[in-house]
Amino acid sequence: MFENLSYLALQQYWWAIIALLGGVLVFMLFVQGGQTLLYTLGKTDTEVKMLVNSLGRKWDLTFTSLVVFGGAAFASFPLFYSTSFGGAYWVWMIILFAFILQAVSYEYRTKANNWLGTRTYDTFLFINGLIATVFLGTAVATFFTGSLFSVSGMHHSFWQSPYRGLELALNFGRYATYVNLSLGLAVFFLSRILASLYFMNNIDDETIMQRARDRVKKCAIPFLVFFLFFLINILVIKGFNYDPVTKVVNMEAFKYLHNLLAMPLVLIIMLVGVVLVLWGIYRAVFATEKCGKKAIWFAGLGTILTVFALLLTAGYNHTAFYPSIFDLQSSLTIQNASSSHYTLTAMSYVSLLVPFVIAYIWYAWSQMNKTPITKKEMEEDTHAY
Amino acid sequence: MLMEHFNMALVNWSRAQFALTALYHWLFVPLTLGTSFILAIMETIYVKTGKDIWKRITKFWMTLFAINFAIGVATGIILEFEFGTNWSNYSWFVGDIFGAPLAIEGIMAFFMESTFFAVMFFGWNKVSKGFHLTSTWLVAIGSNLSALWILVANAWMQNPVGMHFNPETARNEMMNFWTILFSPTAVNKFLHTISSAYVMSAIFVLGVSAWFLLKKRNEALAKRSMIVASTFGLIMSIFMVVTGDESAREIYRVQPMKFASMEGLYYGETNAPLVAIGFFDRTPSPVNPKTREWAAKIEIPNLLSYMATMNPHAFVPGIHDLVHGNEAHGIISYYDRIKMGKLAIAALKEFKMAKKAANDSTAKAALKTFEANYKYFGYGYYNDPHKLIPNVPLTFYSFHTMVGLGMLFVLIFLLTLIYGVKGKLPKKRWMLYIALWAIPLAYLAQETGWMVAEFGRQPWVVQDYMPTLSAVSNIDQTSVIITFFLFGVVFTVLLIAEIKIMLKQIKQLKDGGQQ
Repeated sequence: MFENLSYLALQQYWWAIIALLGGVLVFMLFVQGGQTLLYTLGKTDTEVKMLVNSLGRKWDLTFTSLVVFGGAAFASFPLFYSTSFGGAYWVWMIILFAFILQAVSYEYRTKANNWLGTRTYDTFLFINGLIATVFLGTAVATFFTGSLFSVSGMHHSFWQSPYRGLELALNFGRYATYVNLSLGLAVFFLSRILASLYFMNNIDDETIMQRARDRVKKCAIPFLVFFLFFLINILVIKGFNYDPVTKVVNMEAFKYLHNLLAMPLVLIIMLVGVVLVLWGIYRAVFATEKCGKKAIWFAGLGTILTVFALLLTAGYNHTAFYPSIFDLQSSLTIQNASSSHYTLTAMSYVSLLVPFVIAYIWYAWSQMNKTPITKKEMEEDTHAY
Repeated sequence: MLMEHFNMALVNWSRAQFALTALYHWLFVPLTLGTSFILAIMETIYVKTGKDIWKRITKFWMTLFAINFAIGVATGIILEFEFGTNWSNYSWFVGDIFGAPLAIEGIMAFFMESTFFAVMFFGWNKVSKGFHLTSTWLVAIGSNLSALWILVANAWMQNPVGMHFNPETARNEMMNFWTILFSPTAVNKFLHTISSAYVMSAIFVLGVSAWFLLKKRNEALAKRSMIVASTFGLIMSIFMVVTGDESAREIYRVQPMKFASMEGLYYGETNAPLVAIGFFDRTPSPVNPKTREWAAKIEIPNLLSYMATMNPHAFVPGIHDLVHGNEAHGIISYYDRIKMGKLAIAALKEFKMAKKAANDSTAKAALKTFEANYKYFGYGYYNDPHKLIPNVPLTFYSFHTMVGLGMLFVLIFLLTLIYGVKGKLPKKRWMLYIALWAIPLAYLAQETGWMVAEFGRQPWVVQDYMPTLSAVSNIDQTSVIITFFLFGVVFTVLLIAEIKIMLKQIKQLKDGGQQ
């Protein structure tokens, strides 16, 4: 069935999958947000233990989402994979190191004779929480603001800044840096909101419930400020358009606003997403406790939809999704960066597994979440982190 | 571009970093692959018999499994991205083929592993017995599926099939997914690697249990674990020998240079003997090797010819034959391959320029030359064929260490199984010591196996098409040097923590007797 799709349709299908994976990944960053709140929401050892174990049952899914995002990008848009990872070397290396530290920390933090001590592993978790959210958010913003690279006729890519991607967050002489960072910080605060909502749902403890609710309140304002700053900016800036026939890239005023207007469905998805996030926050802060427990579902789904729509805006409607401000014509589009028709077709069949994967994750989680985490369980479970 | 124009320091540091990260990762993966099945078998016994001791046995090995799994995950994430960060030209040149198995690995295997890992660990009192057992099996299946896909990807680099080069996009594109998945190299590599991983895990379980018996602790747990491990290990080690033998023939067919290096065979021979044990006198120079550079060796007549071709009298080419060619046996010399490679590289450039200038007839002619010579494209980056020979002593010693240890493991499993069934193990203290000391040897065998596969194929990232030097990212070597040392330090720190935790868990175990 996929063989009959046009090359462009396959490229669009795969961009949608990448966008969806991006959305799922940002939602799953609640684990990282939670890791920055361990000692804010937990004041006693048992409370911290409950928080860690609550996250500890989900962390490797976030990790897996990141890995799958990398693999899917490689398989479907290899030129993006080679240009971005090989170019913005230090950005990706710092993100990866943060994840390396995370991967051992849950398992080792309370094990006897763990050499570095519980606090060190908890610090690793904090570092991962901070870096993964801010850096990944900032990196996504560059889909709209552009990076410094060129691509040769043989498709070899060359990054044109000695700072290897760090300039995108640290070059304060460039306005776009603030736009990039605003999305990084918005994702950081969003992840803390989502984490708080997740704890309210997953842990059966009055004190943590109350503190998590307060935390949602405190993070909501900075999240909204940074997110709106980012959103307004990308709606008014010039965007990277390409001619569907000649493939020549040019700057177009209000490009992303035009994209949303040209694709009303994407606009609706984005609006629904934003409203759901706000509704989730509202339920947690103002509604009853029972409503608060369900708030994660609204904010979580809202996050996925919003990021999904944002990424579609960056790549659809003949827009360069990974633009170069060094050499406009080197910009990557879903058409010039993708795999061959054959590979996209083969991978599209593989993508049919995704609903099946989601189904078993949902089933396993619902089995595991039937009983929320309690103090008693923490004391009894010998495997607890 | 010629070899001289490449930044060889960057190439070598990038290789060093990949080797470092892969070798570290491979310290942990085999144990995960095999122990996951051993756990599933143990839990199945628990569910079938309902005896509590089997639940405690399962839980004990599960704890060790998790400690090892965590650091395996930590060292693994970098490998998913390193093709992009450090080998970006490679990522484009073959990304159309190589990316797919990596993505499938994520979708098919990693989600399964991570979802059911949580159930397996925290679900004992939360889900039904049946669902828990299913989860344990799914963790085993998931982790082994991930091995399948990454080994399919690796096998494709060793034996690139099912693709064609598209000069318009300057990359190789996939033509047949099934040819890639079921290439004999992929099948052999997968079967040999997982069976060796099962053997390593069985040795681990055996060795730790032997230590308990030596210390007269947890004997009920140790004896039962040893029976499971030696049965599982014996079956898998025989399977490992068979697939290893098959792999050797496959290497002979697609990577004759690697095969000659594995055996230290400089000059081809008919009725070629197999060097069972051998030592080089001094590092032989590939330019002018002498057979007397062997200090000592024990040979088995005709076995090499038989191993390579199933015919004990057949001719097996040596390194010299491959470099200089051998008309009688239809071997094209590396000198000629270099010439053809250079023609292909020049023709591709000409094709690109002609296309740009819209000169169709020139483009067509260039394309014809290109296609006729593409088979040896990668050779064109070199002038000196001796640069295309891997490190022979390293490959030779790695191969012989791996094979020797593999044979030893078969013997160990056989003996422990016999003594175990007869109930004599606690008295055979020498056997217990051997089993204990086999643990570091099993790790050594795993790492040397990896070294045969990866050092033996140098300088190729993609056999005959792409050498490492044209695969690296266009990046400053300082960045790579810094990340190399960062990885070295971080992984070493985590490894020390892992070993300390693991040993402590083993020492503090109290199995609770026979109940």
